[in-house]
Amino acid sequence: MGDLSELQEREQKLQGMGTSLLRKEDAKFIRGQGNYVDDIKLPGMLFGALVRSPYAHARIKSIDKTKALAAPGVVAVLTADDLKPVNLHWMPTLGGDVQAVLADKKVCFQMQEVAMVLASDRYAAADGAALVEVDYEELPAIVDPKKSMAADAPIIREDIADKKEVGHGPRTHPNHIFTWEAGDKASADAAFASAAVTVREEILNPRVHPCPLETCGCVASFNKATGYLTVYMTTQAPHLVRTVLAMLSGVAESKIRVVGGDIGGGFGNKVPVYPGYVVAIVASIVTGVPVKWIESRIENISTTGFARDYHGVGELAADKDGRIKALRFTALADHGAFNSHVSATKLPAGLFSICTGSYAIPSAYCRVDAVYTNKAPGGVAYRCSLRVTEAVYLIERMIDVLALKLGIDKAEIRRRNFVKAEQFPYTTAFGWTLDSGAYHAALDKVLKAVDYEGLRREQAAKRADPNSPTLMGIGLATFTEIVGAGPTKVCDILGIGLFDSCEIRVHPTGGVIARLGTMTQGQGHATTYAQIIATELGLPASDIVVEEGDTDKAPYGAGTWGSRSTPVSGAATAQAARKIKDKAKKIAAHLLEVAEGDLEWEIDRFKVKGNPSQAKTMKEICMVSHTSNIPAGMEQGLNAVSYYDPPNMTFPFGAYLCVVDIDKYTGEVMVRRFYALDDCGTRINPMVIEGQIHGGLTEAFAVAMGQQIPFDENGNHLGNSLMDYFLPTAMETPHWETDHTVTPCPHHPIGAKGVAESPHVGGIPCFSNAVIDAFAHLGVRHMDMPHSAYRVWQQCNALGINKR
Amino acid sequence: MASTHKVSFKLNGKGVEVMVEPRELLIHTLREKLAHTGPHIGCETSHCGACTVDVDGLSVKSCTVLTVQCDGAEMLTVEGLEQGGVLHALQQAFHEEHGLQCGYCTPGMLTRAYRLLKENPNPTEQEIRYGIAGNLCRCTGYQNIVKAVQSAAKKLAAAQTATA
Repeated sequence: MGDLSELQEREQKLQGMGTSLLRKEDAKFIRGQGNYVDDIKLPGMLFGALVRSPYAHARIKSIDKTKALAAPGVVAVLTADDLKPVNLHWMPTLGGDVQAVLADKKVCFQMQEVAMVLASDRYAAADGAALVEVDYEELPAIVDPKKSMAADAPIIREDIADKKEVGHGPRTHPNHIFTWEAGDKASADAAFASAAVTVREEILNPRVHPCPLETCGCVASFNKATGYLTVYMTTQAPHLVRTVLAMLSGVAESKIRVVGGDIGGGFGNKVPVYPGYVVAIVASIVTGVPVKWIESRIENISTTGFARDYHGVGELAADKDGRIKALRFTALADHGAFNSHVSATKLPAGLFSICTGSYAIPSAYCRVDAVYTNKAPGGVAYRCSLRVTEAVYLIERMIDVLALKLGIDKAEIRRRNFVKAEQFPYTTAFGWTLDSGAYHAALDKVLKAVDYEGLRREQAAKRADPNSPTLMGIGLATFTEIVGAGPTKVCDILGIGLFDSCEIRVHPTGGVIARLGTMTQGQGHATTYAQIIATELGLPASDIVVEEGDTDKAPYGAGTWGSRSTPVSGAATAQAARKIKDKAKKIAAHLLEVAEGDLEWEIDRFKVKGNPSQAKTMKEICMVSHTSNIPAGMEQGLNAVSYYDPPNMTFPFGAYLCVVDIDKYTGEVMVRRFYALDDCGTRINPMVIEGQIHGGLTEAFAVAMGQQIPFDENGNHLGNSLMDYFLPTAMETPHWETDHTVTPCPHHPIGAKGVAESPHVGGIPCFSNAVIDAFAHLGVRHMDMPHSAYRVWQQCNALGINKR
Repeated sequence: MASTHKVSFKLNGKGVEVMVEPRELLIHTLREKLAHTGPHIGCETSHCGACTVDVDGLSVKSCTVLTVQCDGAEMLTVEGLEQGGVLHALQQAFHEEHGLQCGYCTPGMLTRAYRLLKENPNPTEQEIRYGIAGNLCRCTGYQNIVKAVQSAAKKLAAAQTATA
């Protein structure tokens, strides 16, 4: 056996799992050498600009292209009529609906795509777009989803008015999309009828937008001679997009290459296929030259991939000690004018049924009604799995409402209801099997770290002081996430199961190339996947190259969203590496002339048990595997591919605590402290995890404190630029304190769960709970987000506490 | 076609000459005519700072500057930070402190931080936060960016002392 320092040195050389290896991807970005979609410039490339509707609901009477076509540099103007001959004026959505690629006779939301002007550069294209004359006849718009299903409501979607269903079961109104239920209503109703105490609250998750710093866009390049279509795009799901493009265009999937280069943030915004992509592709097919389409920021916020817009009602029934007996949650979901909400086929409301949270609730029922309005389509998951933020927000808010009603401390009521460590795996009333958890330990660690009792004493003193200029609020969130979609029996999109993949090629000198079906957008995949392989194969991470995003190179996978990369592709990576290691072991046994059972693994080599001087390093085996000196009948090489179908989702969890001080006179909320403990199971790269948590908390802060996409009663956007839409700067963003516990995932090859979305999902209710807790002694049970100074001031004003 | 003008300026130490329409924005000239794609476009309304470059010793959002205004200017972009194959202390610090994720804001953030440290070589955390408030980042939550700027400031100060 080697001495300890020698072993440590060998281990350190690998830079494998558990080390904070600095990121491989940084080298190009710090030099300004990233390769984002708008950096691509192909010979003869045209630029496309979209003409968009000024109205939320209107008939198109005519479109006159004459002036635009006469403008310098303009090559063509495409409208729905031009796409009809190739049957591409409509496209299927990822939600089971269809969506107009370019408006077909009517527009259903403001800024809807009406025409695309193709020109020699972006200035000429913008000039041309301004010259396209569209004659509209304005129609009454529906903006409030609560009015969508009124008997006399205008019909938004005449194209499907007669359809009995649009992908997800029977419809009861032309503006109705689906109704989805889960759980046992009768048993929940019975529990409510006999409960000692019940609470009910209307809770809104307002319409927001993920707003990555890079907007959406693509460069489509069709080669008429070969019939090959290449699409460079900023996408989170290149393989799924290629499949959709094949279905749409009739071009064989083998002749379509989607290339996701560097992605300037996604956060859910870059999963769907948007009309702009399709028009750019058609334009390239028609013109025979490459066509670039890049959104402006205003187009991005107005039209592509909004999130949330869930109008919820939460109800809990409990005994007098606060033990929850039943839950009933409903939501009215505003999906906009087309149901392009990204959802698994069998899960139209996504994973909303995770809404029992971290609590052992015996009886539960939930229902989601989705409707059309004259607003942009979408309903993507903004830094969360599908509808998980909405679900977790409801339960984490409602448990506070229950605590207030019963006069029980908000930490104590959580403790009383937590699923206990010994109950895992625990199957919820909705049928999810929570894989592992240690909720009490996580909460206790946080409470101790911040001196929770001391904070409550300080709060009590402040409340007793009528001259205090500030209100103090303490917010808790003890959330359970559901990530890593997912088991193909439950999860598919367009029929494609949500497995994922990794292919590993080991070369003679030990250099490794790994290719995966996921797509990094800043999460550091090139680093963390390399670390998994380094530990599994005993080869240094520095020599492991990770490639994603080019569908010609990488094996099929559903991409990166819903924190699925580590749970699914991370597992595929470990599995592929283990196939290689198994083969390497056979070669080692052959070389050392022993049985495989006589070998043991040590960091980077196979050793003969009891005779440690007899060993073969992985590096040696890499070379030998490419020679004739391998076991009889074995093929050369050390390559493997794994397609991993996860047996279950993973359920990361955390305990967060936030302290706020609110100025009674201005409504300004100052975040004094935010303490976030996350448990994502095995930790691959602590530095990267911490970075993901900082970012997720900041996006949670943005949503809770300022983000909202408002409309007037005619469906006009009232805030679609960064002047209006809140992205926190370094000044507003709080300082984050992070902590962790480690409860490995029992069904994942390396015990890891997803992590990057937990801080968003857990952070939002934590901020809300803190702000509302500041008003709890004044009888306030709930305040809807966002908690901007003006809205909080309105609460102070309503209570009359803003007078000196 | 509108009339075009010849504009000359120094870009990362090299003289360049370019023909532009009067309405052309500097960010488009840099990215599309001069092959400097380091500065990015995030909003085109001067809120996000992804397009930040340094013009005559000032941090400038190149999406709201006309190229014709830059005749005779001295300009620095992220591509000019590395000197003689040696990374600038800020570039090294952003890497070491995990001050970037998707990398989209990074060129603007680095260019802004470069000027900030010229304006104030020893900033406090609050001064750094204020100093980079014109540059938005959606990934990092700024905490590690602040650490990186602090770390670079220390290294630059130490280098200054060593050469003094």
